[in-house]
Amino acid sequence: MMKRFGIALLACAMAAGTASLTAQTVSSGLRGPTPLNDEGPAPPMLPNRNTSERESRNYPEQPPVIPHNIDGYQIDLNGNKCLSCHARARTAESQAPMVSITHFMDRDGQFLASISPRRFFCTECHVPQNTATPPVSNDFTDIDTLLTRASPGGRR
Amino acid sequence: MTTTADEPNEKLKDKRGFILRCWDFARELWGVLSRPSTVFALGTLVLAGFAAGVIFWGGFNTALELTNTEKFCTGCHEMKDNVFAELKSTVHFTNRSGVRATCPDCHVPHNWTDKIARKMQASKEVWGKIFGTIDTREKFVDHRLELAAHEWARFKANDSLECRNCHSADSMDITKQSPRAAVAHQRFLFTGEKTCIDCHKGIAHHLPDMRGVPGWQ
Repeated sequence: MMKRFGIALLACAMAAGTASLTAQTVSSGLRGPTPLNDEGPAPPMLPNRNTSERESRNYPEQPPVIPHNIDGYQIDLNGNKCLSCHARARTAESQAPMVSITHFMDRDGQFLASISPRRFFCTECHVPQNTATPPVSNDFTDIDTLLTRASPGGRR
Repeated sequence: MTTTADEPNEKLKDKRGFILRCWDFARELWGVLSRPSTVFALGTLVLAGFAAGVIFWGGFNTALELTNTEKFCTGCHEMKDNVFAELKSTVHFTNRSGVRATCPDCHVPHNWTDKIARKMQASKEVWGKIFGTIDTREKFVDHRLELAAHEWARFKANDSLECRNCHSADSMDITKQSPRAAVAHQRFLFTGEKTCIDCHKGIAHHLPDMRGVPGWQ
């Protein structure tokens, strides 16, 4: 008798549980109040940062970000619009920073006369920056800050 | 037997007769045209000539303008599937204010004499259409550098006139431009050192193989 009552109670509890689960709207900061089975409206597209001013790198190995628009810049087998300013021979006229010498190196560490084919497609590593505020906060601390914090007064 | 033998002669006689009749008609026409009119008043002739002139000149220009539309250009698959398809993703086809450039805005001079000169050159393009010079994607890609080079040369020679029909250097507000564009325009455009096409290649269509083109790698 008790056992049967227990089963009935459990069934009731499970039914109530599923009902409350389906009624619940799962909301997170990233996707907003849209229910999980619906697709929310896309946020508006924002313009790129277009200051043409260099931005500091977060760590020395970071590929520098592109501080200007690159809409419609063709980079393919036929040509590379980026190199029209950033190639060695073009920098005097364009006053743009030259492509790093590491980009002339092939996979065996040999320096070639011009950009190595494996470094030809700029946007594989270098990207323009959007003006959107990041939806997720970032607590990255760069190495200089860490070192200063380790020894206040600055002995490095 | 005799009838069959006579037939060619009969035909020849007919033919000669036709040519002779044509010759007679031509001589008669010349006679009418070279003598003063005896039937129509001078005023009638002048007015009729004026009306006919308006009709023919207007008709000529209307027909010419019909060949100066995007619809006409993209009537051929060579243009529709290659260059026009490429244009669709660029700022000259779609942009925030909805002002757009059609094919003749950039590729046909707006000035009348230059337009006629370009239209006469374009007879070569009719030849190309008839003989299928670029009737497949592969053939088009093979000819792309040559075709692009023609347009670059034309823009270079007329100081990018078709760009400047809309983009006037005098009306450019460089404070509204990005810093990079403002510096470049001040240094190269306003001083006349370079013209639009020198830097702005491949803005409306994909580029051909750019090796050896000045300013390109």
